Amino acid sequence: MAEIRMEGLVKTYPGGTERATDDVSLDVADGEFVVLLGPSGCGKTTLLRMLAGLEFPDAGKITIGGEDVTYRAPQDRNLSMVFQSYAVFPHRTVRANIGFGLAMRKVPAAQIAQKVAWAAELLQLTPYLDRYPAKLSGGQRQRVAVARAIVMDADVLLMDEPLSNLDALLRLSFRAELKKIVQDLGTTTVYVTHDQGEALSLGDRVAVMRTGRIVQLGDPLEVYDRPADTFVGGFLGSPPMNFLPATVHDGQLSVAGHARPAPAHLQGHSGDLVVGVRAEHIGISGINDTDGTNGIEARVDVVEPTGSAVLLTTSVGAGPGPAVLKVSAPPTFRARPGDTVRLDLAPDALRYYDAETQLALEP
Amino acid sequence: MTKSLDTGVPAGTEPTASGPADVDRAPLRRHRRNRALIQLGCIAVTLFMALPLYLVALAAFTSRSALDRFPLSLLPTDLSTETIGRFLASTGILASLGNSLIVGFGALVLSTVVGVPAAYALARYAFRGKDSYQLFLLFTRALPIVVLSVPLAQLFLSAGIYDTTYAVILLHGALALPTTILITASVFVSVPVDVEEAARVFGCTPAQAFRHVVAPMALPGIAAASIFTFVLSWNEVLGASILTLNRRTLPAQVLTSLNESPLAYRFAGGFALVVPALLFIAVMRRWLTNMWGTTIR
Repeated sequence: MAEIRMEGLVKTYPGGTERATDDVSLDVADGEFVVLLGPSGCGKTTLLRMLAGLEFPDAGKITIGGEDVTYRAPQDRNLSMVFQSYAVFPHRTVRANIGFGLAMRKVPAAQIAQKVAWAAELLQLTPYLDRYPAKLSGGQRQRVAVARAIVMDADVLLMDEPLSNLDALLRLSFRAELKKIVQDLGTTTVYVTHDQGEALSLGDRVAVMRTGRIVQLGDPLEVYDRPADTFVGGFLGSPPMNFLPATVHDGQLSVAGHARPAPAHLQGHSGDLVVGVRAEHIGISGINDTDGTNGIEARVDVVEPTGSAVLLTTSVGAGPGPAVLKVSAPPTFRARPGDTVRLDLAPDALRYYDAETQLALEP
Repeated sequence: MTKSLDTGVPAGTEPTASGPADVDRAPLRRHRRNRALIQLGCIAVTLFMALPLYLVALAAFTSRSALDRFPLSLLPTDLSTETIGRFLASTGILASLGNSLIVGFGALVLSTVVGVPAAYALARYAFRGKDSYQLFLLFTRALPIVVLSVPLAQLFLSAGIYDTTYAVILLHGALALPTTILITASVFVSVPVDVEEAARVFGCTPAQAFRHVVAPMALPGIAAASIFTFVLSWNEVLGASILTLNRRTLPAQVLTSLNESPLAYRFAGGFALVVPALLFIAVMRRWLTNMWGTTIR
């Protein structure tokens, strides 16, 4: 158990011109589960590899448990890791795979056997202990990789997209299992993923990265509800956040041809901005319903039932070129392409972003 | 044999008699015919390789008088160890067999010890001049052995190791190095970097990661390379004859002494040359076909 402190990490790969990580600082508390989330190429894996000692930063400092490990070799950092490709050793049995790290540390055989048995039990690998990885399914191989990582009693557990090679159903069930295991262990964990669902469901805190920088760091719901910029809002959530051009003039906010009083913190503001709203925060009603009279009129383009909801792609006609809004309607809502509906944008569901910087305009 | 020739159609898919009558069976018949043709082809190739071996072995284990008989029996009717026994008892044969084995394994060890690290570097690291280095490796083989051997003989004479097995080991090791490097490099490429990094994270130094993880996974390639080396060394005559006088390897000895020998001894000599190489390949085959049941992923 230990806390991690990363300060000003800069890394440029040889031959590359862009910084893979650009002055990244991040503190992870003892026992905390932090998820690094971002699209591919955002530097999240580079950051993890620097933590692991598989890459060295050009500048900056990494301390684990108060010790400076910036330029230490991987084997001198007391950490363990789960790889995206599993990276189990094909020439060793499951038992030897799980016990590998302990054997390298010259732990007595009896103790290794005990730890291996414990981890195998936890990950339901007991029947497979004497098999070679080639005889296992992908999900079982990933379990071996996790078991190998957790027997180590390492200070820090690193996970590099451990679920991304599993099929969708398995990913979902293993995600919950993984969360429970890591919770029970209480090990400081850094988890890299490009899957926003994984990030939201697993992390104590989520660090959203883009082009080598952390753009937002916070607990999952905060990141989801209050994206720090339009990129985060557009990256998190399925469907992603809707963005509409809007203007503020004389204390009046006008969105999609619909004017209303601007919120208090925008009163001094004047000019263009961008309004963000989550698909599930948009109220929807039929054009003839009486209770939705103050909404925006929109035309339905696509209807996608997802089972738990109906996803509507609508276009709001006003302004130059129609703005497209994704709306998540209740599963009972019926509409057909071409229908006109009323959308209700509740004031407290709206987020405001500067039109130029794309940064949030928070109270 | 049949199993490996299977074209991928599961065994149970052939239609039963009770199925609908209007099935187009022509493709099935074609499929079966093609399969039979492939089998025939395999048998032909196998016979082409195996028949000379059989005939040489037969002649080596037939007495001289039986070998001269007409018509010659192609079945092992009257076996005798007379010919092979006389051959093995003749001067210099056993000693040169020993020399051949020493040189073969010596060259094997030398080319592996030098070649595997080079192959690893080629596979893992990008460095200046990598491509030209790879090309340069093959140049060693572009020079005829005779051209290499004469100056080498001069060199070894002044170094005082002329007419020793060391001299031949050095020559054969150098000759085998390019194949060793290129074969093992291609296998190192197929060992995932991830697995090596996992070993590092789980407590290995780079050397330990190589020994515990990378080398075992590359064993098939190393085995293949070692077969190449051993067989190359076992068959190489020219260089070995030039670099030695009294400590001849088996092929060199056979070449010089059997030119004037009767036919039966030549068969015995041929047999003695083939068998150790075959045995070596049979043993190494176990490592060639990856022992964990799959190829590396």
